[in-house]
Amino acid sequence: MLMSRRARMAILPAVLALVVAGCGGGGGTGSAPQAAGAGCDAAPNYPRGPVEMIVPWAAGGGTDSVARFVGDQLAKKLDTQVNVVNRTGGSGVVGHSAIAAGRKDGSVIGMATVELTMMHWQGLTDLTYEKFTAIGMVNSDPAGLTVRADAPWPDAQALLGHVRANPGATRASGTGRGGIWDLARAGASIAAGLPPDSIRWVPSEGAAPALQELVAGGIELSTASLVENQTMIHAGRAKALAVMADERLAKFPDVPTLKEQGVDFTMSAWRGIAGPAGMPEPVVKELSCHLDAIVHSPEYAEFLAKTGFGLAWRDAAGFGAFMAEQDAQKGQIMKAAGLTP
Amino acid sequence: MAQDLAAALASLADPTLLLVVLACGVYGLFIGAIPGLTATLATALLVPFAYFLDPLPAVASIITMSAMAIFAGDLPSALVRMPGTPASAAYTEDAYRQTQAGHGALVLGVGLVGSAIGGIVGAVVLIVAAPALAEFALTFTSYEYFWVAVLGLTASVIISQGSQVKGAIALLLGLLFSTVGIDVALGYSRFTFGSELLLAGISFIPAMIGLFGLSEVLRNVLHPTGRLRVARIRTAGMFRDTFRTLWRYRKGVVSGNLIGGAIGVLPGAGGDIAAWVSYAATKNASREGHLFGKGEGHVEPVVSAGSANNSALASAYVPTLVFGIPGDTITAILLGVLLVKGVQPGPELFSTQAPLLYGIYLIFIVANLLMLPLGYLAIRGSGQLLRVPPGVLMPIIIAFCVVGAFAINNGWFEIVVMLAFGLLGYLLERYGFPLAPVVLGLVLGPIVEKNFMQSVIKTDWDLLQFLTRPVSAILMIVTVLVLVYPMLRSVWPRRRRGTGAGAGVERAVGPDGRDEA
Repeated sequence: MLMSRRARMAILPAVLALVVAGCGGGGGTGSAPQAAGAGCDAAPNYPRGPVEMIVPWAAGGGTDSVARFVGDQLAKKLDTQVNVVNRTGGSGVVGHSAIAAGRKDGSVIGMATVELTMMHWQGLTDLTYEKFTAIGMVNSDPAGLTVRADAPWPDAQALLGHVRANPGATRASGTGRGGIWDLARAGASIAAGLPPDSIRWVPSEGAAPALQELVAGGIELSTASLVENQTMIHAGRAKALAVMADERLAKFPDVPTLKEQGVDFTMSAWRGIAGPAGMPEPVVKELSCHLDAIVHSPEYAEFLAKTGFGLAWRDAAGFGAFMAEQDAQKGQIMKAAGLTP
Repeated sequence: MAQDLAAALASLADPTLLLVVLACGVYGLFIGAIPGLTATLATALLVPFAYFLDPLPAVASIITMSAMAIFAGDLPSALVRMPGTPASAAYTEDAYRQTQAGHGALVLGVGLVGSAIGGIVGAVVLIVAAPALAEFALTFTSYEYFWVAVLGLTASVIISQGSQVKGAIALLLGLLFSTVGIDVALGYSRFTFGSELLLAGISFIPAMIGLFGLSEVLRNVLHPTGRLRVARIRTAGMFRDTFRTLWRYRKGVVSGNLIGGAIGVLPGAGGDIAAWVSYAATKNASREGHLFGKGEGHVEPVVSAGSANNSALASAYVPTLVFGIPGDTITAILLGVLLVKGVQPGPELFSTQAPLLYGIYLIFIVANLLMLPLGYLAIRGSGQLLRVPPGVLMPIIIAFCVVGAFAINNGWFEIVVMLAFGLLGYLLERYGFPLAPVVLGLVLGPIVEKNFMQSVIKTDWDLLQFLTRPVSAILMIVTVLVLVYPMLRSVWPRRRRGTGAGAGVERAVGPDGRDEA
């Protein structure tokens, strides 16, 4: 009897809380997407079925996790299934080709990454950003200069001075040869007035193995994004000398930009949603509108805070212009660094 | 640690996981019992299902299935003189002759209990050795990884079955295929002939599905085996005799498990090789060695080699999980499945994914205990198992091959790769080339190249570093030892001859050719 009264007492507030939460939650979820959906419905006949979102990189990686988050949110907004499909291989060529070759009605979209503006310069494919319809850029992570915590250089200028005095002695890594962080190395060297090969590039499978090499003493410098190196930086085993962005990062307010240190150069790995060239205008408009809402939602902010990825929004027109600009920049650096065939 | 163990135990209570384990156990017994259908093939056919599962159930499905399949390979060995999987080939002759002499239940009982013991010992090797090795491997750099991969390549040829020249050719073929696509170090495209599809290279899972799955179908269609005459066995009193026999040959149990555990840890060498080596060792050591493979056959090699293959199966997970370098062909597929699921094997796995690892350990124990009742039922029903008509089986295998190849990257090109490697696998086997080295070449080629290039670029071509770093030097010495192993072996006293004529059924190449060569 005593037990049951106690149980009832315990249950009552729980039930009340549930009812309140249910009403609040129901009201919230009922109105919010509808408002977003109604405001964005530029193409009333879209979507007619499930949408396929192609990811040119492997499951479990950074691009994959961003794509899966955006895909989930987009599914709610469009009220249809969004199937995230990984098409890997060929340094991203296979997946990007699959996006470009997809149906133009908006049923095939994908997560385009910075590699799209590099692969054709490298001679891997004829595919360029022109074969895509830009829909919206969702994320960007700038390159950095990360060295071992006990390295003798207090800032970027000291490091560059060391490189200038001892060309070829400094070894850097972060990606494979011709990868985005290799370009960060070459581009920053050129911008600092150094020959592009004055820092030697040791190819690695990505930022994590490069960081391990850095800590183990196999290399002196990682040009990968600070996000990718954050665990070791926070653990005090590596230190960041600079970030290759226009402004300091909110997560690393003490790390100055390269520009502040006298080298006017930025480089970042970006990701955005794109479809095959020639998508109908209203569909692009609708998708872009949904992406705008997703990117500026508190859920996305929470996701970024958890993963450390950086927010960078560009709408369809802005993303298209940005890709063209990026393509030209990458071509210049790759030619100068001898990374083109 | 206790916390991780508790988490793993909790995850074990998941009904999906238990269902997966049970279903895959039955599936493994079925595939293993059918001559020609290997545990590798069974794993390859599991791929499309593994994709829908979480990492732990996916690994569990492969562990359970392969353990059962390796045991079930003993069934047709004893009943129709055809090894169900290559891992049983070493003692097929003895198992069959014993069955003919009326000891069928005993042979299979010994095979079953010995397999379960072997599996658990192998799991203990994994549980003890892997974390210690992982701790050690954290200090590995590209030099050490280079040598571990070279060791795997060497072992796959030197300890493989059949002619070493053919093994080496098969390995080189695999290495050649592994160079297709974008070069791992410098980013140039190779052998792509301007095709964007080839830029991605030849993905090894579709290649393996073709090599082991489709090629078997081709062989079956082109060379049908006809009706099998299945020997009858009575299982009354089986377990009593089994335990008595195992106790009598307990030295064989110990040596088989030790050999199996050690060979499994070696990258590139798996259960079939462990069984051959254990067979040879038992024969050399036994006073009754001259009776092996003749007359009524002998149960002792079934005891030792039968545990060795299961023990190696489990300990092959050591290099796979610690270095990301597969211990055998089954773990090569497992590696691919893990990568697709975003789980990157390597020493970091032991700190970041401890619950998953404890789950894997527990699954090994569960699977091998489950083998006892399921295996007993399989022995009882073995007559029916062996009578499944190929006309039903082969189309199903083809369907699974196609689906599995497609599932890896959602593209048709992988299906083409699977078909091409199916044809290649058929031709290679037809002319006596082993298939495992092709796979190891394909998997290890990029690892060797990448680590070599990284090392030399780091040091500006200072090759001495490969020899002067202590761990690197030790690994090099082990590699050289494996390389000269055949010469060492010919120095050993050889009191044996005619190592089982029926053993060459599974592969066109038996042990005989190699021993004489």
